[in-house]
Amino acid sequence: MAPVVQFRAAVALAGRFPALAGVDLSVETGEVVLVVGANGAGKTSLLRACAGLLPVTAGEAHVLGVDLVADHTAVRRHVGLLGHAAPLYDELSAAENVRFAVRALGLPAATGERALERLGLVGRLRTTPAGRLSAGQRRRVALAALVARRPALWLLDEPHAGLDATSRTLLGELIAEAVVDGAAVLLSSHEPELSVPLSDRVVTMGGGRITGEEDGGRRARLAALPAEERSPDRGTMGAWHVA
Amino acid sequence: MWRDAVLVAGKDLRIEARSRVALWQVVPFAVLVLILVAFAIGPDNASLRHAAPGIFWIAVLFSTVLTIQRSVAVESGEGTRDGLRLSGIDPAGIFLGKAAAVGLQLLVLQVVLWAGVTFLFNVRVHVVWLAIVTSLLATVGLACAGVLYGALSAGLRVRDTLLPILVLPVLAPVLLAGSKAWQAALDGSASSGAEWLRILIPFAVIYLVIGIVLYGPLQEAA
Repeated sequence: MAPVVQFRAAVALAGRFPALAGVDLSVETGEVVLVVGANGAGKTSLLRACAGLLPVTAGEAHVLGVDLVADHTAVRRHVGLLGHAAPLYDELSAAENVRFAVRALGLPAATGERALERLGLVGRLRTTPAGRLSAGQRRRVALAALVARRPALWLLDEPHAGLDATSRTLLGELIAEAVVDGAAVLLSSHEPELSVPLSDRVVTMGGGRITGEEDGGRRARLAALPAEERSPDRGTMGAWHVA
Repeated sequence: MWRDAVLVAGKDLRIEARSRVALWQVVPFAVLVLILVAFAIGPDNASLRHAAPGIFWIAVLFSTVLTIQRSVAVESGEGTRDGLRLSGIDPAGIFLGKAAAVGLQLLVLQVVLWAGVTFLFNVRVHVVWLAIVTSLLATVGLACAGVLYGALSAGLRVRDTLLPILVLPVLAPVLLAGSKAWQAALDGSASSGAEWLRILIPFAVIYLVIGIVLYGPLQEAA
């Protein structure tokens, strides 16, 4: 199967500035790749390019089989992006925000309900307008919407920011479940102590390029397992190709 | 597309019902315009009656700008703007949904303004169907053109001040045709009023079609 993300010398411009200046990156199905680097290195731009929000203007860029250079918008409904700002409407409750995300994809409402419960958004939290929630709670609502959509590619930009210890543990569990379910995860983080153990590979960015790569904590743990336990069932997302 | 439009319209109307911006800001603003212009014209009943249709449509036009600004502001944050683009909703559905939500608010506003005009200017509509058809067609045109220009200005820091400059000249045909058709409805002259519908119908259709086709590219550009 082709990689979920396949970038070769990919260039993306933010105005006239090359936010991505020739990125080479490949992410396989069921893989968790952590992107690290200083501020302005291009981590967020890479995630936004993978989401089809930042057009790739040169090089090669394929995500879930979609050629982003030819059409960067077609991939959007198949990826889930947790960005810096939560995609929530302040006047709508947590449940209504998640329900809107679920209905937009034509998924059953029960999917959203399960995600809300999984993220602990029950009782009053469920019906409180998003504008009255704390930053961490808003992050959990955004995560619930992402989980409910069951994207084939998770794009997580600083996912631990604003989350309490319990929610950070839950985030790790959700990523592990997504991978078992056949999704790929690309996350950026400034908190390596939290994100390296979740990842198979760690790539370093600088100046809009990939400048280094090493194994993550998850790969090291998998390597320590007996051979028969290293390849878990890849779940139900085998046929993710959209193009 | 239609399912998406219903989803987006429902979301926008629910947000408006919760925030009550239309109820507590747009409607009072429109009524204020009626009252202030009435003060400016003076106490002469004949002058007020003659000016009533124009004042009505000026109030509707200014309120349209406020309603559009509010509609754009709902998705002005980076999170919601990206969220909508990633939602999988057809851009044409977003356009139709937002235009429907704006249109419904404008129709409610016109009912309130109609009552205000009747009370303040002591006028009576003799050809009710003409007034209703004019309002419906004008509302479609105002909502479609407004949402389209709202998308054009959405990504700009100066959108709040730029939008009226962009959209008010474009909406001038609605002001003209709406006022003339309403004048005819007040005078009981259905045939002369119906002539002005010939401006409102193509205006509404053209902006409806342009919006469906161009909303996606405009959303990307913004």
